[in-house]
Amino acid sequence: MEKEKIITVKNLTKKFGDFTAVEAISFDVYKGEIFGFLGANGAGKTTAMKMLIGISNPTSGEANVAGFDVQSNSEMVKKNIGYMSQKFSMYDDLTVKENIVFFGGIYGLSRAEIKIKTAALVAELQIEDIINSLVGSLPLGWKQKLSFSVALLHEPKIVFLDEPTGGVDPITRRQFWEMIYTQAYKGTTIFVTTHYMDEAEYCDRVSIMVAGKIEALDTPKKLKEQFKVDSMNDVFLKLARNIE
Amino acid sequence: MKRFIGFIRKEFYHIFRDKRSLFILFGMPIAQILLFGFAITNEIKNVTIAVLDHSKDLETKSIINKIKASPYFSIENQIDNEKDIASEFKKGKIKAVLLFEPHFSKNLETKKVAVVQVVTDATEPNVANTIANYTAAVIQNYQAQKKQSKNNQVNIEVQTRMFYNPELKSVFNFVPGVMTVILMLVSAMMTSISITREKELGTMEILLVSPIQPFQVIIGKVFPYIFLSIINAIVILLLGFFVFKMPINGSLFLLLSESILFIISALSLGILISTISNSQQTAMMLSLMGLMLPVIILSGFIFPINSMPLPMQIISNIIPAKWFIIIIKAIMLKGVGIEYIWKETLILIGMTVFFIALSIKKYKIRLE
Repeated sequence: MEKEKIITVKNLTKKFGDFTAVEAISFDVYKGEIFGFLGANGAGKTTAMKMLIGISNPTSGEANVAGFDVQSNSEMVKKNIGYMSQKFSMYDDLTVKENIVFFGGIYGLSRAEIKIKTAALVAELQIEDIINSLVGSLPLGWKQKLSFSVALLHEPKIVFLDEPTGGVDPITRRQFWEMIYTQAYKGTTIFVTTHYMDEAEYCDRVSIMVAGKIEALDTPKKLKEQFKVDSMNDVFLKLARNIE
Repeated sequence: MKRFIGFIRKEFYHIFRDKRSLFILFGMPIAQILLFGFAITNEIKNVTIAVLDHSKDLETKSIINKIKASPYFSIENQIDNEKDIASEFKKGKIKAVLLFEPHFSKNLETKKVAVVQVVTDATEPNVANTIANYTAAVIQNYQAQKKQSKNNQVNIEVQTRMFYNPELKSVFNFVPGVMTVILMLVSAMMTSISITREKELGTMEILLVSPIQPFQVIIGKVFPYIFLSIINAIVILLLGFFVFKMPINGSLFLLLSESILFIISALSLGILISTISNSQQTAMMLSLMGLMLPVIILSGFIFPINSMPLPMQIISNIIPAKWFIIIIKAIMLKGVGIEYIWKETLILIGMTVFFIALSIKKYKIRLE
């Protein structure tokens, strides 16, 4: 069965002066998969992601996201993707409900749609008690779950998660990944960057970036076989050491 | 449009839930206007003055008694020599010296003119000015009574001399000044802080990834402050009018239009600051040091521009606040229309356009 490509990247490059942050990376992401985008700090994964979500212009190369070119048609790209950043992405001084209304609004949802979405979210996450609390008063785990749900409000084809589980406990991380699985099962493509190698094991396919280049890209199982190790952690270490 | 309204509603939530910004927005203007208003007051009471009477005749005695009788002055001592004036001032107790020329009564009889000098210590210009005016008023009052009783055309000439600060300017300008400072503060500082806050929290990134346009983000951020600044301007004008009897002789519509123009130029400065600073602290420091200080010092609000050294006078020309103060003073005090202030207005428009163009150029649509 031929899988439908939803992201295609060809020789995507970003230079800041003399420094090449991303060097001619090429890969495809298929519809409905969980694509892990790994790399050490400074390897260029955030820069690469910023080009894919249309807030940074590539120096050269091209990328097509959800059927639109990121450079010439970034407005259409923006309408079809959701984004959750590594910094927390809701307003602390607004209530949960106000945040939902606001983000629904800027993605062009009608008032009726927002109402339906809010009701569905309340039921799904069981948040009747906190719907009118300020987001700032909630624990981090809740904020992240809410932030993920808000990124999905407009039913994007792809959702980009930039280190979504930074700083939360393993149980909450586990719950968060369950939400990701549920969403992927519904057909949303998940593009996720992470530091946690155990999370890499949850992905359908993983790419590992080292010094601006993609050094490995495959399913976690095949990567482990290829590098003859037992865990993604070892794959990562081996790759990083080889480069050094 | 609906997106935009949602955005503005969100901005108002931010403002009304942050006690600090609420205080700056509404507490500050009222506190400042009252502080300045009562500090720069024209009331004086029981000021000690000295008399240097070269005549010591009937007329001078009755003028001295008249002044003694008024609640504003108490006469401390007599001095005999003009050289003592400076030394008396240096002691600091005496604020003014009343100096009668020799043969005062005689001059008044024969020449119909006699001269009394009011010499004031103008290290405190407001006090000096007020003393001079009050003394003149008391003497004129005396003269008017004299005319009635004697039906005699006489003229007592009151000459005032300001010691230490001969270029004394009127300082009845705190309402325009405070209004300028407040509008600058609210518009520039608050917008730059509110934009950098989104950058700092990472929500700016989320907004840029969303379909909302960057210019909509900026207008959405700025709009509430235009609205609140206009309210502030009105509050200051009302306070000035009712509490301090500050006249508004010109057109209120013109006054408000010029205020909106100034607000917009301050807002574009705020946007400019937010493009070059990445944290709220930097934005606040930049607004305070880069905008507030020049506005207070170089706009003519506190220190008259004419008495500044030439380089400072030249620099003051690039401060939008200077032109705004000229404009609103002209409208409020002189009651002039646009035909007298079109030049200043054009300069202000030019500056505003320049700042807006610069901030659009600087504002990075795509975060690097």
